[in-house]
Formats: sequence, C-alpha cells, structure tokens
Amino acid sequence: MGTVAAHGLRKSFGKVQALDGVTLDVPDGSFFVVLGPSGAGKTTTLRAIAGLDKLDAGSVHLDGRDATGDTPAARDLAMVFQSYALYPRHTVYENIASPLRARRCSSSEIAAAVEQMSSLLHIERLLQRRPAQLSGGEMQRVALARALVRRPRAFLMDEPLTNLDLKLRVEMRTELTRIHRSLGATFVYVTNDQVEALSMADQVAILKEGKVQQVGTPTEVYERPANQWVAGFVGSPPISLLACRAEGDRLVGAAGWTLPRPHWTTAEDGQGLLLGLRAEDLSVEQRGNASLSGELYGLEPLGDRTVVDVRVGTEILKVKARPTVTGTPGERLLVTVDLDRAHLFDAGTGLSLSEAGR
Amino acid sequence: MAVSVDEAVSTGPARDHTPPARRLGGRGRSVLEVTLLTVLAVVMLFPVLWMIETSIKENRDVYAIPAKLFDFKVTLAHYKDVFVDPDGGRSALSVSFLNSVVVAGVSTVLATVLGVPAAWAYSRFAVKAKKDQLFFILSTRFMPPVVVVIPIFLMYRQVGLIDNKLGLILIYAAFNVPFTIWMMKGFVDEVPAEYEDAAMLDGYTRLQAFRRFTLPLLMPGIAATAVFALIFSWNEFVFATFLTSSDSVRTAPPAIAGLIGGTTTDWGLVAAASVVFALPVLVFAYLVRKHLIAGVTLGAVRR
Ligand SMILES: Nc1ncnc2c1ncn2[C@@H]1O[C@H](COP(=O)(O)OP(=O)(O)OP(=O)(O)O)[C@@H](O)[C@H]1O
Ligand SMILES: [Mg+2]
Repeated sequence: MGTVAAHGLRKSFGKVQALDGVTLDVPDGSFFVVLGPSGAGKTTTLRAIAGLDKLDAGSVHLDGRDATGDTPAARDLAMVFQSYALYPRHTVYENIASPLRARRCSSSEIAAAVEQMSSLLHIERLLQRRPAQLSGGEMQRVALARALVRRPRAFLMDEPLTNLDLKLRVEMRTELTRIHRSLGATFVYVTNDQVEALSMADQVAILKEGKVQQVGTPTEVYERPANQWVAGFVGSPPISLLACRAEGDRLVGAAGWTLPRPHWTTAEDGQGLLLGLRAEDLSVEQRGNASLSGELYGLEPLGDRTVVDVRVGTEILKVKARPTVTGTPGERLLVTVDLDRAHLFDAGTGLSLSEAGR
Repeated sequence: MAVSVDEAVSTGPARDHTPPARRLGGRGRSVLEVTLLTVLAVVMLFPVLWMIETSIKENRDVYAIPAKLFDFKVTLAHYKDVFVDPDGGRSALSVSFLNSVVVAGVSTVLATVLGVPAAWAYSRFAVKAKKDQLFFILSTRFMPPVVVVIPIFLMYRQVGLIDNKLGLILIYAAFNVPFTIWMMKGFVDEVPAEYEDAAMLDGYTRLQAFRRFTLPLLMPGIAATAVFALIFSWNEFVFATFLTSSDSVRTAPPAIAGLIGGTTTDWGLVAAASVVFALPVLVFAYLVRKHLIAGVTLGAVRR
C-alpha cells in the first residue's frame, strides 16, 4: 500500500503564497508527476507531504490515515532532495546506508542493500568517496540510491534528473520507470521538464503559483488542456495562440483572418477567444481542413524537423514541417489547419471552451 | 598585572602586521611603511620582552639603574616562587592559577553546552520575534561589566555566592552564553538545514539528526567560540576582584594584581607570574589555530 493524499495545502512565506490550496490524490503504485515552472511550489508541496514544514492549512493522508501531525520519520517516506543533501562528512557508502542504520538493520543487510543499489545506479566505484569528490550527476545518483535503498510507503523525488547531461538523463528516465515498475511503489516525482513528465508519468498534476491547474494522464493534459496556461506550458514548440471572436459560423481573427467555426466549442458569439494551434496540427505543405495566410518569419531547423515561424497579422504561428523545408523571410505562405485538433480558450479567464466529450 | 593582561592581546596584532608586508615583497615596501611597522613592533613587543626579561633576572639586576638589557644573571628563582611558598608548601599564586583553570574551564563548558543548542534553535526554528530576542541577547554585551558589578555584588551577597568559585563560574557563563549564541548562530546558519531534513526522512528524530549530522560540522565553530569564551573568562579582572577575597577562591588576575603595592613589590615575581598567566591562552590558541581558521572559513570545509 502507498497512497498519498494531500488536501487543501496552504503555505505562505511572508508575502509569498507558495501553496494556495493544493490538492493531490496519488493512487497506490502510480508514477505521479508534479509539473510546474520554477517557483510554482513543487518543492514546497513535497516538503509538506514529507512533514518537513509546518502548513498554514490542509491535511496529508498516507494510506488513508491522517498523517498531518506526524514527524517525518513516522511517515515512512523517502525523498530525493533537489539539492541532494548528501551528508558531507560521510562516504557514499555511509550516505546510502543511512536510512537503514536509522532503522537499525544489521550490517550484513546493509552491505547487501548498498551493493545492490550501487550496482543498479552504476556507482560501485564511488562508494568510498565523499560527496565533495563527486560530480553533480554522481551526487544525484547517490541521492537516488539513498532513497531507493529502503522500501518506504512512497518515494518523493524533487527534480532528481535535472543535473544530468542529456544522454544520461534519457537513460535514467528509462531506468527510473523500470525501477518503478519492478518495485510497484508509489512515486511522487517533481519536475519542470515537460518531456520528462509526459514520458514517465501515469498521472500529471500541473502546478502554477501554488495552484493545481490540471490533473490527468499525459495524453489528457496534452490533448485537452484545461486552460490556456496549461496549453502553453505543455508541448514543445509551445502552442500558438491567436486572438479571435466567434461570429455566426465563422471564427474571425483579430488580424483579419477567418476560419470555419468548430462544432465542438461552447463559445458564444462575440466572446473574446484565443485559438490554440499546436505546431503538429499546422502545415505549410497542404494538409488539413482550413487555412490561414501569412508570411514566413523564420526557420528553426531542429534536425528531425524544422519549426517554421509564420507571421499572421502581428501574431506568430509555430508550424512543424519536414527538415527539408526551405523559404525566404517575407515570402507569402498558406498554413493549413487541422481544426478538429485545435483548442479554444476564453480570452478573459483562459479556461478551455472545448466540449468535454470531444 | 596590567602588563600580563595586555600581553595576551598585544602579540597578536604585532604578528599580524608582518605577512602583508612580506606579500608585497622587499622592494615594494616604502621607507614610511618600514618605519611605522618598526615603531609599532617596538611599542607592542617591548613590554612583553621586558616582562619576560624581568622574570628571569636576579633581583639585583631587576632594580639596577641604569637598567640592564643584556648582561644580567639568569635565574629561575622567580618561577619557583610562583609555585612554591617560601615555607615549602603550595604558594597562594599557584592556588589562584588552579582556581582560574577551574573557573574558566567550567564556565566555558557551561556556556558552550547552553549556547550551542540555543543557537541551533534560533537558526532552525520559527521563533516569535526572533530578531528582537537576538538583539536583546546581544545587548547584554553592550554594557561593560563594571556597570553591573555592584548590583551583582549585592545579589550575590543575598544568596551567599560572594567569595565562591561557583559565583564566578555563573557570572562568566552568563556573559559567555550570549556571545556563544551569536557566534554559533552564524556557524549553524552556514550548515544547510537539509542535512537534518534528509536525516529525519532517513528515520532519525530531529535531535538525533542534529547530533549525528549537524554537530560534527559545527566542531570548528564550537572550538573557535570556546577559545574566545575561555580567553574572556581567563582574563576577566573586574568581577574577580569584587566578588572574591580569600586566597583559596581568587583567580589569577586579581591575585597577580595583589602582588603590587604594599611596602615593596617583588617585580621579578610579578613578571614571572604574568608570564605563567599568559602562556596557557597562547598555547591553547596555538593548538587550535587550525580550528580557528577553519571556523572563520567554515564554508570551505563544508562541501
Ligand atoms: N524558505 C522559504 N522562504 C521564503 N520563500 C520561500 C521559501 N521556500 C520557497 N519560497 C518561495 O515559495 C515559492 C515556491 O517555492 P518552491 O521552492 O516550492 O518552488 P519550486 O516549484 O520547487 O521551484 P524550482 O523548480 O525552482 O525548484 C517561491 O516563490 C519561493 O520563492
Ligand atoms: Mg524546487
């Protein structure tokens, strides 16, 4: 068992409202990712679950039992700190052994567990070193080992892969997902990297300024963003947003363009709207069911694809294209739109105006 | 006695002036610089030199006019007089040295044991009006001891702590606790709180986390702070003079001061006693000098 439920967490630091009513329900055995930009309150949320900080309001239930007042030790959780927090005076071996020592395991048990963890994370060579003699990536793996060496109720991980180079990060992503699956344990995993979130998560909670914006599977969050901000935050290149209004059977852009009005929206006539278009739902190579005209603004070759920036009025559309695409800035272009996959948001509140069952 | 107390302080600055000059290189030093340094060295070091010289001169040479700088007879008789009574027993001075060791040692241990956990608490926990409390604690150090010596004398008389080593220990600890809290709060602030957080998640209690993971990192800071507290207690003169009177309780500073005056002053004895008094602090500071430096640059030690 290992469910983690946080309800209505509130925490302020002076004038900063770090957590403004955060509610998360982490099912047993799931890989639950908390995704948000820097300063969103991700670390604060984890620390609240771990019982390291006093909350202004809210409760934490572990395995269905109220643990709000419990000490960190009593909660039986393991955490990877964003800053690693490796004990500087202790060797890597002693760092990894620490959770077992605290729980009075025998030294043969400890030796076996440390050996297993260190071979899993490829740090056997480092066991006799001290944290000061490690690179950032090595420290991060030691911190992971210290958390994974025990079988707690749940693992809390605060951006455990951010300091690794890209290759190692991708490797460790796969490795962590594998570890998660083989342990069947609950992971609460914090990151500001949406690729990490989308590729690893069973469920994602998107956090901004201490408020949960949306909770759902990676697909749900990507395909049906609850609001304009989530749409903009998830996905790369970021979604293009065009200001427009609904008029009869048409959408009229602030820049003068018109598109057919989608049937799946609850938008009303005259309402200020934002049309959200993802780069892969746009094309400069004739595809889709409607079109916008603009001029070529720039090309971003990314190897496997090229992102074409097209200026429509004063707004920029990011369009995904084949890597072979060419053009000169200022050139007129017709961008075809897959309107069935587009999104509409209220320009004022930012909330999605797509019908639920679409 | 004024010589002995100043001495412990004066050698420091005099020595500190040499390294920067050396760093500039021989040629870089201006005549003015050399002159100033020489004058400073003479002014600072001469009393110390004179004290040491007097302590090993025969009495005839001590009182000789003109003073003999070099060609005097060396004797260790004054040092013997410091420790051994003319009748053969222990001298009153040696008892006062022992008292000084006990009073300074115990009061320093007391101040450290009370001050370090307090500093940790101030650093780690949200305490109401923390800044005001810390300022209040510091403010007890603003006033010179002389200001409070009379009220303390009266209070001590009521509770029977006059002419009592415990009385001195308590007052020195009381003066050193605020100092310890302030020094140590800085050192604790330097140690990331996340070591304790991580330890608590490992399964330790908060106190265990402090003892096992933070305290070892604080040792250089504690050593530095304790040395300063020890020097304060060792050198303290005002309270010792007012609050003690009998030979069996007196600490060394008033005991040495007591040698001066009367019909004749045995300057050789005064000088020898002063040297003996100054030595322990110098030796101790020298032994823990690594910690003192590490204490000042704790950041470099940490990671
Ligand atoms: N101890 C503190 N004192 C004051 N403000 C704090 C403290 N801890 C966090 N904050 C503030 O609370 C907000 C949330 O911080 P938090 O560390 O949870 O962000 P985060 O989502 O983890 O960001 P990052 O991705 O940069 O780690 C920030 O605005 C931060 O400045
Ligand atoms: Mg963080």
